[in-house]
Amino acid sequence: MKIIVLVKEVPDTYGDRKLNLETGLADREASEAVIDEIGERALELALTYADAHAGAEVAILSLAPEGATATIRKGLAMGAGSATLVSDEGLRGADLGLTAETLAAAIRRVGFDLVIAGNVSTDGSGGMIPAMLAELLDVPLATGLSSAEISDGAVSGSRGVESGVQKVSANLPAVISITEALPGPRFPNFKGIMAAKKKPLETLTLADLGITPDNPDAARSIMLTVAEKPPRAAGVKIVDEGDAGEKLAAFLVENRLA
Amino acid sequence: MTEFARDAILVVVETGPSGELEKAAASLLGAAAEVGTPIALVLASPGAGSAAAAEAAALGAARVLIAETPDPSALGVPGVDALAAAVKQVQPDAILISHSPNGRDLAGRYAARSRAAISVDAIGVSRDDEGVVAHHSVYGGAYDVTSTATFGPPVITVRQGSIEARATAQPQASETLAVTGSGKPAARIDSFEEAVVATSRPELRGAAKVVAGGRGLGSEEQFALVGQLADTLGAAVGASRAAVDAGYIPQSHQVGQTGVSVSSQLYIALGISGAIQHRAGMQTAKTIVAINKDSDAPIFEIADFGVVGDLFKVVPQLISALEARKKL
Repeated sequence: MKIIVLVKEVPDTYGDRKLNLETGLADREASEAVIDEIGERALELALTYADAHAGAEVAILSLAPEGATATIRKGLAMGAGSATLVSDEGLRGADLGLTAETLAAAIRRVGFDLVIAGNVSTDGSGGMIPAMLAELLDVPLATGLSSAEISDGAVSGSRGVESGVQKVSANLPAVISITEALPGPRFPNFKGIMAAKKKPLETLTLADLGITPDNPDAARSIMLTVAEKPPRAAGVKIVDEGDAGEKLAAFLVENRLA
Repeated sequence: MTEFARDAILVVVETGPSGELEKAAASLLGAAAEVGTPIALVLASPGAGSAAAAEAAALGAARVLIAETPDPSALGVPGVDALAAAVKQVQPDAILISHSPNGRDLAGRYAARSRAAISVDAIGVSRDDEGVVAHHSVYGGAYDVTSTATFGPPVITVRQGSIEARATAQPQASETLAVTGSGKPAARIDSFEEAVVATSRPELRGAAKVVAGGRGLGSEEQFALVGQLADTLGAAVGASRAAVDAGYIPQSHQVGQTGVSVSSQLYIALGISGAIQHRAGMQTAKTIVAINKDSDAPIFEIADFGVVGDLFKVVPQLISALEARKKL
């Protein structure tokens, strides 16, 4: 069993996140880069399976600028066996289509029985990549799993949709994405951190994967404009003197909100 | 068969467990009508197609294509096959799909299959000289961004509750869409449990009013106060991650970075400090009210009306004041 876990380096949500107003790209200098937490949960699911099943391999895959090795090392320290980083100038500002094509090519190269991703990232919040990968890899897709059981040749779990909860299953190979209802990640221990330094971390370029970023047959999504919203100004703030509930009721009625 | 309008916008809507159209249908058709002629593709469970088509026409679809799924237990793939067939026929200027769990999968799979450009989580659409443009609010509402496709119709997923426009009803003109299955492997839906609606409260996603509680509520029992105020206002119930982690309320009510994003008319935050992750999910609300005993809580920085005080005193007084006005 070979499990590939997708992890993404994102700007830390504990700080201010900025877009460059000229290029429209994320300003990577403006905030600290961390592994997206949902990716850590995806890794935890894979590691939990590997803990109980000898011979299961867990590999990390990430698409990021060259400096992203620190966050990937964290995943290796948690217990993943190997990692692949796809890094290329041609991926600067890549849209979802190019990102998915590139990841699919890297997944094929690494080889897989199961791909696990988080359901949505904290930065792009699109949640599209797992579906796009399933289509490109020609395998079943089960997204947004709030529980997941991996067995020898299949994966199953609960999938929340608008009207209720589905129990779904798929034969492997497959692509799944998980929600934050799954257990949080383990902390890397000292032994893991030391071992991580010796684990294989391969860096691939687009040329290695045979991807041309300006494929004329693929339509791309482009950003037309970007503008910073003026920060929201604070309004009235009162200290309760025993009548704040009454005053608030009057405010709501006056603004036709009650 | 007659031709489709040259400014066609293909809106994809699916039916729910009782055959009714998904709730986002009205806003998707409303958005489509602002930039072109709305054509609906109804992905229906077997037998539900014609009733759902009538619903779509009433919500503004000029033409409706019906695709009843040949295999209700196949997850996702039949919908993608139907969408591919519909795009071939309609040749739309854009494709609008709800940014829901199923909508996201459909949009992603279709865009990957057809190599179409995809714009996600839009809060509006407009048209310029060259085509349809998607509007986004990113990084928790800190930036406004617009996007479009280099060529071809963009696939746009639309955030629920973000579109106020509604289209005018059209006479029903529907037909069955011929779909050739792709034979792509799909996951199976082994069983389905419909969500039990315990109260008549609106759903959090897309709600016009939201009352949310945080750790300041103190316990699961005391969290009931949030529900009482919500019921008085006809609002949905939300929560901060701290309240969810403390077990006061299920995770499905979490508002914020990793939960639901709301853009409601009114957002009342009770005992929520306003961590940046929470604000990311609610600061696009039109009017924000906060009640917190800590006058330095960051939630006050974005509140239109803030009350520094004990929520267990202020909220009951607010409820009785609102109830008293209702009786006038």
